[in-house]
Amino acid sequence: MHELGIAEQLLSLTLRHAEDAGAEAVTRLNIVVGEFSSIVDSSLQFYWGMIAEGTIAEQAELHFTYIPGKLRCEGCGVEFLFREFDGACPSCGSVRVHMSDGDQFQLESIEIKGPGDHDDNPED
Amino acid sequence: MTTTRKINVEEKILSANDRIAQDIRQQLADAGVFAINIMASPGAGKTSLILRTVEALKGEMRIAAVDGDVVPVDVEKIATQGIQVELINTGGNCHLDANMMASVMPRLDLSGIDLLIVENIGNLICPAGFDLGTDARIVIASVPEGDDKPYKYPAMYKGADVLLLNKIDYLSLQDFDVEYFRRGVEALNEGVTFFPVSCRTGEGLDAWFDWLRQRVREKRATVAQAK
Repeated sequence: MHELGIAEQLLSLTLRHAEDAGAEAVTRLNIVVGEFSSIVDSSLQFYWGMIAEGTIAEQAELHFTYIPGKLRCEGCGVEFLFREFDGACPSCGSVRVHMSDGDQFQLESIEIKGPGDHDDNPED
Repeated sequence: MTTTRKINVEEKILSANDRIAQDIRQQLADAGVFAINIMASPGAGKTSLILRTVEALKGEMRIAAVDGDVVPVDVEKIATQGIQVELINTGGNCHLDANMMASVMPRLDLSGIDLLIVENIGNLICPAGFDLGTDARIVIASVPEGDDKPYKYPAMYKGADVLLLNKIDYLSLQDFDVEYFRRGVEALNEGVTFFPVSCRTGEGLDAWFDWLRQRVREKRATVAQAK
């Protein structure tokens, strides 16, 4: 159920930007998900099919870039993966560590089809 | 001609939720109401903590509660304390969001409330992402759940303003390394306010009550100053 509410917010965000750009269709959403953000999995694509039906974004493919959670040691400065953390820095043993990456949960960009006077290639 | 192009958005996906939460925060600020969002896994002691808190503080401040649940069992328990309790029937949803919270706001007489307690749905994953417009996010962990929870559910611990470790009366019965638990939390959320408590024996609760008293006083003072 969690993904349904997220899919709705994602759709309204997508449609707002797509309509502003005069899109005829949205082909792809590029979503960045950090390990420390809300949990999102493939069921989001499933809900997308349900809630985006009948909109210009119904055929859009959801593309996720996962960012692993990372911590940085205040003792030796090394950055390491949260999943390697077991109460202390794996390198020097310091307990003074803090979150350094993995907090993202955002719609980075969308790819649209529409009238335009230039041939932007989305791969550029 | 038709072209394909990429549009940069770079917006938080939950920005719609956050905007509604901001409206709620403003309503609470205008009225000088201090609001807390209580989150925990099922059975960690959300309702027990609320009952203890209301019992201790209802003589000195006006309290109302909002309860997210499918069945009104907890609402009825809390209502026995003689305070207003509003149910948000979540229909099986796994968390409260700002929109659900907004739907219950008109039923609350904010001018007659000092402390608003929101009991979120028992879940350690989903509620973390959704700001409800409250002043403080309270996470309750409990000893029987084990000391590794911050390592497994980082999102919940990362966003907490206050962390209560409940059921400390079980510490002697179980291998629970409080320091290991705290290091996991501190890595995600440095300097988080921490209260070890037992809702059963009452141990440690006075520090939590004092923290709440202080916050409620400060919030009320901001409105008194503005007038």
